[in-house]
Order: sequence, then C-alpha cells, then structure tokens
Amino acid sequence: MNKETMKPEERQALVELLYQLADDDFILSFRGSEWLGLAPHIEEDVAFSSINQDMMGHASMYFRLLEELGEGDSDSIAHLRKPEQFRNAIILEEVNGPGTYLEKPDYDWAFAVVRNYFYAVAKQIRLESLRICSYEPLREAAKKILMEQYYHLMHWELWFKQLVTSTDEAKKRMTDAIQKVWKDFGGVLTLGPYYADIVKANLIEDEALLKKRWMNKMEAVFKEVGLDFPGAPRMERGNGRKGEHTSDLEGALSTLSEVYRANPAAGW
Amino acid sequence: MQAGVQFDQLTEEEKHQHFMDRINRGEKIEADDWMPEDYRMSLIRLIAMHGISEIMGALPEKEWVPKAPSLHRKLAIMAKVQDEMGHGQLLLRVAEDLMAPLGKNREDIMQDLFAKRLKFHNVFHMEAPTWGDAGMIAWLVDGAAIISQSMMLDSSYGPYARALKRICAEEVFHAQHGESIILALAEGTPEQRKLLQDALNRWWPSLIMFFGPKSAKETGNSHADKNIMYKIRTKTNEELRQEFFTKYVPRIWALGLTIPDETIHFDEEQQLWIYKDVDWNEFKQIVSGNGPRSANRLDLRKRSYDNNAWVREALAAKKAI
Repeated sequence: MNKETMKPEERQALVELLYQLADDDFILSFRGSEWLGLAPHIEEDVAFSSINQDMMGHASMYFRLLEELGEGDSDSIAHLRKPEQFRNAIILEEVNGPGTYLEKPDYDWAFAVVRNYFYAVAKQIRLESLRICSYEPLREAAKKILMEQYYHLMHWELWFKQLVTSTDEAKKRMTDAIQKVWKDFGGVLTLGPYYADIVKANLIEDEALLKKRWMNKMEAVFKEVGLDFPGAPRMERGNGRKGEHTSDLEGALSTLSEVYRANPAAGW
Repeated sequence: MQAGVQFDQLTEEEKHQHFMDRINRGEKIEADDWMPEDYRMSLIRLIAMHGISEIMGALPEKEWVPKAPSLHRKLAIMAKVQDEMGHGQLLLRVAEDLMAPLGKNREDIMQDLFAKRLKFHNVFHMEAPTWGDAGMIAWLVDGAAIISQSMMLDSSYGPYARALKRICAEEVFHAQHGESIILALAEGTPEQRKLLQDALNRWWPSLIMFFGPKSAKETGNSHADKNIMYKIRTKTNEELRQEFFTKYVPRIWALGLTIPDETIHFDEEQQLWIYKDVDWNEFKQIVSGNGPRSANRLDLRKRSYDNNAWVREALAAKKAI
C-alpha cells in the first residue's frame, strides 16, 4: 500500500492508527516530562528523562508520517488540535498525582511504574505486530522504535517486579496503582471505531489477538510475582480512540502548547 | 621522599610536602591517595556544590520542558536537561568517594541541601518566567559555566578533571541549543524580541554574580585562593568574568540587544572590561537560600524526597535479601 494508490477508507484507517500511536506516546511522554527532577533518585531521573525523550521522538516520527499524508504541519498537529481530536487512551492523560509540576507535586511513583510498565508491554506487542504493516513508512518507523523500546520495557519491568515483591508498604501501593490503572487500561488495548478497516488494510493484526498477547504476558508476570490476575482491564471513563477524554487532557494540552499558541505563525 | 622510608612513617609535614611536590609536578591525585584534610574538604565543598547545582539547575529549565514551542525544541530541551541531571549524578559520585572516609554519603548531601548548609549556584535561585529565560539560561548561564569549568579541566584532582572533560563537551551543545533559541527569538516578531530583551535584563546581574566576588573582601572567605594554591583551579573569579565579557558582550550587541549596564565598555589602556558591579550582599542572601525561587525549588526537591521515601526503603529491603 502506498500514498498514491491507497483507497480513501484505507487512508482513513491509516491516519486513525497513526494518531493513536502518536498521541499515546506524545501524551505519556508529556506526563513523564512533568516528573523531571522529582524521581525517587538521581539515577532514575536520568533514565526516566531519557525514556521520555525517546517517546517524544517516537511521537514526532508518527506526526511526520501524518504530515506526509497531508494532515498538516507536524508542529501544528501536535500543538493545535482540540482535545476531542486526540486519540490517546484516557489512562495515559491522567495527572501524575495531586499538585502541578511547578507547585506542590505529590506525585505517585507506584502509579508511574504501573502505567509505564503496562504501556511498555502493550507498545512492544503493537510494534512487533507492525512488522507486517502494509504501509512501508510505518513498518520502517516501527522497526526503529522497537530498538529503543526493548530497553524501556526492561527498565519498567525491573521496577515493577522489584517494588511489588518488596516491603508491605511498597506492595500495598503497587496493588492500589494496579487497581487504578486496570479500570481504564482497556483503552490502550483497543484500535477504536475504525478497527475493522485498520485490520482489513493489513496495517496491524487483529485487536483481539493483540489484547490476548498482552493478557497472556501480564498473567504470567502476575503469577511470577505472586499477585492475583484481575482478568481483562476495563474502559470505565470512555474510549480515547473515539475522542472521549477527561479534563486532564485539556490541562495537558494547554500546558504543552502554551508558548506555541502565543503565535503559531512565528519561528520558535 | 628518601628511598627505603615507608610513606606511613613520614610526619604529617613531610606527607604534606610530598603531596605538594606531586601536584606541583602536575601529577594527578586519585581518590585513594593520601591528601591533606584541607584539600579533601576544599574538594568536597567545591564538587558537592557543583553537583547539586547541576541538579537544582535542572529545575528552572524543567519549568519550560513541557512547554517548549515545537517538537524539535521539546526534544532538544529534554535532552539538555537530562544531560544536566547526568552531570549532577557524575559529580555526586566523585564527591561521595571523597566523603566516604568521613563516614558520609549521598543522604548527607541531600540533608545538607535541605538545611541550606550545602549551597547551589546563585543563578538557579532565580525566576524563569518566560520561554526567553529558557533560551537565556542555556546560552549565557551554560556559556558562563563552560568558562569556569574549562579552567579546571587540568585540576590536580584526577576524578574531577575527568568528569569535567565529559561535562564540558556536553555543555558546548547546550550553549549551541541556547544560541539557537536566542537566534530564533532575535529574528522573530517584536513580541519575541521583547521576550528576549526582558530575559537579558533579568539575567544580567545574576551572570555577573555567577563568577563570584573579585576578592575575599566581599565574602570574608578565601576558598578561591586556596583552590588556586592546590591547583584545583587556575584563574581568579575576576579573570573568568573578564573572559565571559570578551566572549559574549560582542555577541549580545551583534543581536541588537541592550545590556542593562550603560557603563560597560572595554578599556584599551587597562585591557579590561569596565562594568557596574553588583550588590554582593544580595549575592550572599541568594546563595544562602533566600533568592526569589529558592523556597519553591527546595520544596520540589524535598517533597519528592519525602514522597519517595517508601521507594528507597523498598529498594534497600530488596538489596538486603
């Protein structure tokens, strides 16, 4: 499949998938960047900010692909869309905890680890599935991203296993975070309303198959660390792939685009 | 040292003489070598302060990381601030090795920071209210840091000299990143130019202060003199400030910006920049933790330290198993 010959429904499916991939990385990377200087120790601050930087780079690659498909300049795609035009899963836009990144941030490291780890597993599965993608530029991008993703997954898996098998307090905080993330993580595992067209265009494998892989992996990890597996994650607050979002996304977008919006026509 | 005499049989004075001979020959001192207590304390003061300044220095720029105005700038500033954290880590490791024989570790560094016993650079106590400040910090604060750190690349303490080599190489990229932000604003709209000029007005006195007072008269201590004697550093505060002027004043003028000091000029006869001095009492106040943003930034650091106590305990428990 290529840009010139693809049918309108194929193009639509591809654009939808690219927005999902881009926005998931973009918004979670933004939330990660708010953690800068606040991680549990300095070594983690260095590692976490490196991961966020990689994820911002991945989002940027997807935005570039959208630009090539005529969706507009990648900076305006990233900074000027309205919340309902975003396709990220709701759990990824959730604030890191009480306070803001500038004043009194009482951020929750257990939530950060659980959200990032679950996402890293899902992202890995998605990227591996994109190896069969019929759109070559996306297939190639996924290959590049996968090389960095390997280390992100290792990083978060180590944190997850260490904390969940340590002190009683750590275990309690981690299981609380798991319950919180589980309520909405289903949103990451869906391909949204255009799912049938996405699969039909051979862009990625079937949604049910990807979800099954994620569940299998999680069930094995839960067993390994002695946790009860809670079954399929839910999507309680809505489907981000349909443009359904919380006020947390509005807050994120107004922060990340504050300077750009002062004058989108200017050179920055 | 006479042949056949064991080093540990020498008197303290002889050891000291042997040590001074080594550094005067240009030899590097390593972490496990004998060193005068005075030298060790000077290094700890300098390197812990430098390390914690890198870490506290990430905070004013952090304010602008999520807000950087394009994908390219977002990536660049994320990389830049990550580097600063990495420098902080590298330097704290050097300081920790020096502190180990005193039975101290990173926990002590953090507690000293929270209690305002350990100071950090004046510039990181200041406000950074606009994107122009993000550019100014990367261009001129990092530019000033390169000048003051480059003179220590040949420091008598080997581990510090080696850490600085890597740090200076990365700082050059930071200054270029800053210069690129500055150029975009300088060539931009009238509002963007105003953003830039306002940021320069805000940062100028802090940049003068960055290098420290001219002599011990202003601060009442002589750390700089001692560090020169021990060949930890090679230049005085004023020599460094003059270098900074020589490098940056013409560049600032070339951008059409106004330096908020109408007296500044180069005096050909004295071969010196003449400039308006700052209030060194204010400097003392700022570095003692009473600057405009000191409380906020210390709170961020302290809050994350407290909120993450359970994580440190969990990791320590894992280690014990």
